[in-house]
Amino acid sequence: MLLIPCPYCGARAENEFGYGGEAHKVRPETPENLSDGQWADYVFMQKNTKGTYHERWVHSQGCRRWFNVIRDTLTNEIQAVYEMGETPPEVDTKTYL
Amino acid sequence: MKSRYSIFSLARNALSYHEKWPQAWRSPEPKKSYDAVIVGGGGHGLVTAYYLAKEHGLTNIAVIEKGWLGGGNTGRNTTIVRSNYMWDESAALYEHSLKLWEKMSKELNYNVMFSQRGVLNLAHTLNEVRITKRRINANRLNGIDSEWIEPEQVKEWIPLIDLRAKGRYPVFGGSLQRRGGTARHDAVAWGYARAADALGVDIIQQCAVEGFDIEDGEVKGVRTSKGTIQTKKVGIVVAGHAGVIANMAGFKLPINSRPLQALVSEPVKPCVHCVVMSGAVHAYISQSDKGELVIGAGADSYNGYSQWGSNPVTEDTLAAICELYPMFRRMRMMRQWGGVVDISPDASPIMGLSPVKGMYLNCGWGTGGFKATPGSGHIFADTMAHDRPHPIAEPFALDRFKTGFLVDEHAAAGVAH
Amino acid sequence: MAQRYRLSKGGRIDRDRLIDFTYDGRKLQGYQGDTLASALIANGRHLVGRSFKYHRPRGFLAAGAEEPNALMQIGTGARTVADVKATQVELYQGLTASPVNAWPSVKYDLGAVNQAFSKLFPSGFYYKTFMWPHSAWHFYERVIRSAAGLGKAPDKPDPDFYDKRYAHADVLVAGAGPAGLAAALAAGRSGARVILVDEQPETGGSLLASRDEIDGKPGTSWAEQAVAELRAMDNVRILTRTIAFGYYDHNWIALLESLTDHLAEKPDDVPRQRFWKVRAKQVVLATGAIERPLVFRDNDRPGIMLANAAQSYVNRWAVKPGETAVLFANNDGAYQAALDMKAAGIQIAAAVDLRQDPSGPRTEAARAAGIDILAGHAITETQGGHRVNRIKVAPMSEDGKQLAGSGQTLECDLVAMSGGWNPTVHLHSQSRGKLRFDSDIASFVPDFAVQAERSAGACNGTFGLAAVLAEGETAGRAAAEAAGFSPAAANGHYKAASDGFTPARWLWLTPSTKPVGHGGKHFVDFQNDVTAADLHLALREGYTSVEHVKRYTTTGMGTDQGKTSNVNALGIVSEYRELPIEELGVTTFRPPYTPVTFGAWGGRDVEEFFDPTRKTPMHSWHERAGAAFEDVGLWKRPWYYPKAGETMHDAVQRESKAARESLGVLDATTLGRIDIQGPDSGEFLNRIYTNGWKTLKPGFCRYGLMLGEDGMVRDDGVTACLGENHYLMHTTTGGAADVLAHLEEYLQTEWPELQVYLTTVTEQYATAAIAGPNARKLLAELTGDIDVSPEAFPFMTFREGHVAGVWARVSRISFSGELSFEINVEAHNGLHMWQTIIAAGEKYAITPYGTETMHVLRAEKGFIIVGQETDGTVTPMDLGMEKLCSTKKEFVGRRSLTRPDMLDPNRKQLVGLLPDNPKDILEEGAQLVETVRPEPPMAMVGHVSSSYMSPTLGRAFALALIKGGQHKHGQKVYAPMTGDKTIACTITSPVFFDPEGERLRG
Repeated sequence: MLLIPCPYCGARAENEFGYGGEAHKVRPETPENLSDGQWADYVFMQKNTKGTYHERWVHSQGCRRWFNVIRDTLTNEIQAVYEMGETPPEVDTKTYL
Repeated sequence: MKSRYSIFSLARNALSYHEKWPQAWRSPEPKKSYDAVIVGGGGHGLVTAYYLAKEHGLTNIAVIEKGWLGGGNTGRNTTIVRSNYMWDESAALYEHSLKLWEKMSKELNYNVMFSQRGVLNLAHTLNEVRITKRRINANRLNGIDSEWIEPEQVKEWIPLIDLRAKGRYPVFGGSLQRRGGTARHDAVAWGYARAADALGVDIIQQCAVEGFDIEDGEVKGVRTSKGTIQTKKVGIVVAGHAGVIANMAGFKLPINSRPLQALVSEPVKPCVHCVVMSGAVHAYISQSDKGELVIGAGADSYNGYSQWGSNPVTEDTLAAICELYPMFRRMRMMRQWGGVVDISPDASPIMGLSPVKGMYLNCGWGTGGFKATPGSGHIFADTMAHDRPHPIAEPFALDRFKTGFLVDEHAAAGVAH
Repeated sequence: MAQRYRLSKGGRIDRDRLIDFTYDGRKLQGYQGDTLASALIANGRHLVGRSFKYHRPRGFLAAGAEEPNALMQIGTGARTVADVKATQVELYQGLTASPVNAWPSVKYDLGAVNQAFSKLFPSGFYYKTFMWPHSAWHFYERVIRSAAGLGKAPDKPDPDFYDKRYAHADVLVAGAGPAGLAAALAAGRSGARVILVDEQPETGGSLLASRDEIDGKPGTSWAEQAVAELRAMDNVRILTRTIAFGYYDHNWIALLESLTDHLAEKPDDVPRQRFWKVRAKQVVLATGAIERPLVFRDNDRPGIMLANAAQSYVNRWAVKPGETAVLFANNDGAYQAALDMKAAGIQIAAAVDLRQDPSGPRTEAARAAGIDILAGHAITETQGGHRVNRIKVAPMSEDGKQLAGSGQTLECDLVAMSGGWNPTVHLHSQSRGKLRFDSDIASFVPDFAVQAERSAGACNGTFGLAAVLAEGETAGRAAAEAAGFSPAAANGHYKAASDGFTPARWLWLTPSTKPVGHGGKHFVDFQNDVTAADLHLALREGYTSVEHVKRYTTTGMGTDQGKTSNVNALGIVSEYRELPIEELGVTTFRPPYTPVTFGAWGGRDVEEFFDPTRKTPMHSWHERAGAAFEDVGLWKRPWYYPKAGETMHDAVQRESKAARESLGVLDATTLGRIDIQGPDSGEFLNRIYTNGWKTLKPGFCRYGLMLGEDGMVRDDGVTACLGENHYLMHTTTGGAADVLAHLEEYLQTEWPELQVYLTTVTEQYATAAIAGPNARKLLAELTGDIDVSPEAFPFMTFREGHVAGVWARVSRISFSGELSFEINVEAHNGLHMWQTIIAAGEKYAITPYGTETMHVLRAEKGFIIVGQETDGTVTPMDLGMEKLCSTKKEFVGRRSLTRPDMLDPNRKQLVGLLPDNPKDILEEGAQLVETVRPEPPMAMVGHVSSSYMSPTLGRAFALALIKGGQHKHGQKVYAPMTGDKTIACTITSPVFFDPEGERLRG
């Protein structure tokens, strides 16, 4: 049971939260100018990192606000949390084979 | 085959205190180059190697495995085998596989304990009834055994079930595939490993992939913890880690890796005689030949590579079991574990060519890869050998995410796979 | 004679409280404080189980959680529990128990015939046979299955209930033995919130079974004092009968507290078990160690047990596990067991010691006490049918690999063995802490922690009471400090014995007169009948990884999860492969430490609490009206209202007719409602919905279609413009929560620049939809301040005023195709509104209708239901709604609609179907073909999504999705059903009724 530090409410158990996948995927401003491949990249393709991963969570059963989390997807260590739109803080980047 | 297994060979070997049994497979060091390298020594990878050698005349093949063979999802799943998928494309794939299951023990001379005890999918809401019937009708017209059964028949198949479930999720009936069932998961890996080894395939364990040599968009070799191996054909068959391997090769996949949990109870005398799956209540149960209740839980809601799952998932799963089978509340969980599954956007696999020439993809099986093991490997071997997708694999190309031709199994089964 | 093997004094039992219990059909007695195991031993019962595969007679190996043999079926009927270790069952009045896996009895067990064929049953034999004839596996499997399994699952619903509780701790201490108590004292004194848990009914751990002293008094007295001090602290919670079984992410530890299993009368207001979810800042693991058996020939006979178990039975429960004992050991510590047994009057025939030159304080004490020590000797054979009665011992060669010289025979009824100790590192390992192999004790110990935990005492590889206490104290202080407290300096040291269990000699496999596998069985895993020869076989066959060995032989996979077997198996594998153990690695320690009841994991989340049930304010009226209900999402919705003698079909025909011919009323409360405000609301709707919203004026409503980014329809509904920059969005009943989340996500993550505020208001309203030619007349009667004339109140507008005397917002929208008004009032006025409508509508024979009739009416109009006509693979164009997709603006999902597959003219498209025989109601979910073949396979072109009998049309009709269907109107398709029935149909437009919409606009 992860303990996720919501930037607005403090640390709460994972079952209060919803998951939003990879962070910093920016929705294209003019999708009609994109090729099918570029659009598929945006909608479907994932970094799916094993290790330090920037991802989005929402405190669904709390403040209902979205925020970013940097989490090690192998160990579940939460390396940082920060607000939507904020520049990600520097952390030790961990990757695994 | 080096030494046939039978009751007679068992009796003969008993006389020599079982000291004369040959190795099931060798433990070779990697050669400098191979005609084809399969990355991933799980069920799908071993079957691929087996058929490449058996049906496509390739003899110089290696399977490389980071850990021990069959140690990934092959050895961590709840072993359900069925082919009653709704879409034509999926049905063709899983039925192809089911037919190979039916002759697997004989083909391999290794008893994989494929038990066609029947798979029951329950319907608890009017909408589930509608979707289930849609699937059954599609199965029937595709020539796949599948039938609707009424609540009384459900009770005959699984007498312990609470049909009314205190009114919250009553059982309106369900679909039954009599040819579906379970198998002994480890034996599948071991049986194919033994058979592939007998055909000359080098199975190299404890050998991790560290990168690829790619020139002008073509694969030339695989860099491993045991040195570089030259090859022009690489099959990527690494459930759970497809994204990691794709990153090494320089492309992205539409896949999220998530832990999927399972658990078993202490062994008890036979009381669940078929596989019972319930999508609305999220309860999946069968009983192993040893007597353990084998329970499949859901995948985590967030990405992860840990081989354990999130606790709320365990709680929900067991609450569901307690709801549908109130007598099992007194059963006890003996062991829980997780495997890392590749979840694709349409809950269908990705098979075929990759953006790198000579590199082939077989991933995205999500929670349902075990049942596809023989079919997937068979089709994938053909795809690798001929450098074009096998006809059954065509709809499952990576390209579909560009064209929009998804095979969306969410439409048919919710989370149940 | 009752309790013949009960010692006359001592033990932590209450001799004044005699307890009757039934074992294997026999009435026996024990005392309060006994376990089932100790009570059985008091009665001389040692044959308590049959092994899994060979059905060999088995007795108690252990006295605690590690017991592999003595598995019991406890209780009968609905309260029965399978596979319970007799060593973990507290005795209570009326307890019934019987051994599992034996028939007809544990003494005369038919399964024992397997022993005769055991040579045919090496590890993995089933992979090599049962393959002929090919089709026969089903038969073999049935035989195998009924032979396997241990106890029996209950077949009646569990009458008990279970509870869950959250807790937070600064320091959680797992285990209340000497290390745990010392840790809890140190942490508790600092003021930290401490939770101390122990699986036993009383605290003290290993002290309960030993005669060791602390600070000059018996260890048990010290423990009692320590607990008394802890109990006096407000910041300390002590949970006994509570096992810390799982160590999960972020210092979340799961505990299972057992509350009623030990009681003779089960109270009905107390949960049977409580599942504690503890989030701890710091954890101290003080989980002790488990003694290791020795692997020698036929080491499984009843009467052969761990030395510590024998010692525990004598000291803690005052029972004699035998009259004449042999100690078989490889270490010094085990001699204390011999001394304790001797003190209790058990004759010690000899101590057989694998060490060439036995030494150490306890060895010396034994020697001084006159115990005969056979140094460098091994037990080479054991005899005895249902109980060991004789053993053979012989001297070994110096390297311990073989025998050197002839031996002797010893008569005994008890062999107390000790192969050393394995620290209980399960929780540390579950927390992902790393392990290292400690060659001093030949076992695995914690290397470093990954989470905020530390191990203390025996589970950390520290033996010797003084060191254990000191380490517990240090760990408790350090944990408190790390949690932010300042523990005072320790006041002196605990005084206790300082010796551990070494010196010892590590021989993984004890030699006998024959090579391993050639005679007798050297058991490693007792429960699963795995022998040293089995391990060798696996390795010879190429199953060399420890995981392969485990899975091929099943060692460590029983209900004891290898607590006594895993390290021995590794040792044997290491020796055979000639690789150091540390290079083999260990198999992963999976939770739970001991089996955990499913019911406790489920807690109260069953029956009425499995999922919430949502009811509208009018629910009670529907119930009184005899409605049948349908579950839609979490809501209970009236499905139809059968009158006496009516079938569902009759009711739906009557309701449909009433709505078309006069007046019907539907409870439409369950639709999701989202209030949308803010200066950018219109722009937001424009981006979210496929159609345009900027022209919608206050007072007007508009239907909207919402897509996912993949272009597929995910929700629909009517949104009203309540005022400038103020909208009320309606969602589908089941989609409300998802749609709100979808909107919030886009607002917060993609378009934070938009000023829009969302509020879910689903529960604020109750809604009645009145539909039918008389709807306007009725509404006119119910309102004084809303002009209901067609000119003043046109289609797709709403008005606010009063209906039935209460504030109401009335929308003139229609999902039935009739003249229809949806009357929304504040939720608390819902029932009043409904009853007023029903009363006033009597003159029009107003007819309440349910979801089924709603479906018939809307399907006649070709209106879709998201989730029925759509399944996540349907685009607006597939539904013929391309006009709803604005070409002038961007919206979510738009780009996906121009991908090649979306433009394929052969996609499945929404059509109507008319069966040739107007009485044939197609099955919803029926598949459609253009060409019928005598048998499958047949190429399918689509499926039926909705199908009904329409009283208005006077025939059956359906909606379907058919490949290229929009261009196939007039063509035939066929639905081949089971039983050779084929229903021929004609493809039509999906709109069957009032295609011009005159009625709903009228």
